[in-house]
Amino acid sequence: MSFWPIAVLELYPVFSWLHDLLASIGLPSAWLQPLIYLLLGAMIFGILSLIALFLVWWERKIAAHIQQRFGPMRHGWHGWYQTIMDAVKLLQKEDIRVVTRDKVVFFWAPVICFVAAFLAYVVMPWGDGLIVADLNIGILYILAVTTFTVISLLMAGWGSNNKYALLGGMRSAAQVVSYEVPMVVSILTVIIFVGSLSMVDIVKSQSGLLFNWYIFRFPFGPIAFITYLIAATAEVNRTPFDIPEAEQELVSGYNVEYSGMKFAMFFLAEFVNMFTVSAIAATLFLGGWNGWEFIPSWIWFLFKTLLIVLLLMLFRWTYPRLRVDQLMEFAWKFLIPVTFANLIVAGIFKYLGWYW
Amino acid sequence: MTESADIGIVFWVLSFVILVSAFMVVSLKNIFHCALFLIMCLFSVAGIFVLLDAEFLAAAQVLIYVGAVAILMIFAIMLTSNLASRKIRQVNENVSVGVFVSVLFALASIILIAQTHIWHYKTDFTPVENSIVILGKYLMIQYVLPFEVVSILLLASLIGAIVLARKERS
Repeated sequence: MSFWPIAVLELYPVFSWLHDLLASIGLPSAWLQPLIYLLLGAMIFGILSLIALFLVWWERKIAAHIQQRFGPMRHGWHGWYQTIMDAVKLLQKEDIRVVTRDKVVFFWAPVICFVAAFLAYVVMPWGDGLIVADLNIGILYILAVTTFTVISLLMAGWGSNNKYALLGGMRSAAQVVSYEVPMVVSILTVIIFVGSLSMVDIVKSQSGLLFNWYIFRFPFGPIAFITYLIAATAEVNRTPFDIPEAEQELVSGYNVEYSGMKFAMFFLAEFVNMFTVSAIAATLFLGGWNGWEFIPSWIWFLFKTLLIVLLLMLFRWTYPRLRVDQLMEFAWKFLIPVTFANLIVAGIFKYLGWYW
Repeated sequence: MTESADIGIVFWVLSFVILVSAFMVVSLKNIFHCALFLIMCLFSVAGIFVLLDAEFLAAAQVLIYVGAVAILMIFAIMLTSNLASRKIRQVNENVSVGVFVSVLFALASIILIAQTHIWHYKTDFTPVENSIVILGKYLMIQYVLPFEVVSILLLASLIGAIVLARKERS
């Protein structure tokens, strides 16, 4: 149907039913498409918010168990609705605003951070036919829109008019700009073999089981996966690369002066970003929605993504934090040469046709 | 393709945002705000690219200009603290000469643009389906020499900047 430029094939019956329902109420047909797009956006927003709430709880539980504690136990079974209570608490909290803040910048920083976190999901393939829009620039689009997160962190650091916040914002910018290079080059290693930037094409090129996935394309696949994972950990400012919010040095970095709902927006965006980089890793290296046929594709996607999220969480609670100079040296003197060498090897393999 | 009327509205909104934010960049007193308006301006230009069905250019525009250039600019502003805390004046006594030159330049461009066939552009043409593939082929086969020359030029300027910034140890 030409009505659908979007590729929500799996959910097509639902949206078609909705379309008929809205038309039967008597809404003008020009409104229907924007309305359904709006609904789709709300749906993704809802799902991601739930995932972020779950991730917050999961992180607390993993941290606690690594440190031989139980973590939240009071609300529900093993404290499963603890984060919901926390979110409600943050909603009710007073919004403290520093007098010397830069008013406009201070207000817009959490908004931009929040929006930028969700923008990547336009091209995220949740499953076979479960994608909002299969843009032909797919992965490049994700890389482009996620840069707004850095800008929001810089805005937060500046707008707070606080030394710690400013230092946190600056550290974050330096780190993200440095680690963006190895991340993009690791992604490029996969793109060479796909021959397309579209997320659907990337997943389809590794259809089948285990050994069709790019992580098992020796020798460059595993190297690209590891370098991507390291760079992605730095991109989302998590330990061992969490110098932008190093608690012992900077109180909590760029979000020191934020409270209440604005803080909650930063916090939620952080977890959504972690899910995003994990989802990209699952799509590029672990075959996305591919797996045994009898399990629905979106379960595969979620399973693989959460597996990588688990890995990132284990990193966070087992490794100590790097120093600033170590961090930069690692990026520029080790990670970038390795990823470029890997890219060249992959290019030679592709040219000679040595891939399967 | 979407309706041309919609594209018209979007185009005018984007143009308005571009012009206003570009004006803000050269008129505001707070240099950090100027940098943010520059980001807004560059992002809206990416929107114009999307309207023209040049998705790759739009993504590259955001990735390079917003993601790298603007962030480095903000970074430099934050590092030079005496520049950041002070309110700066963006005009000096040569402002009248500047206005004169820019009005002259604008008039010249308007006259030149009016002489082209820009008002008779085709509205019914179909954009190429996968422009990124064609772009890549052109860059890697036909125009590979200019492409490499530009890369070397960028590398040379990068090394030059590092040499200039580096302090000699005696």
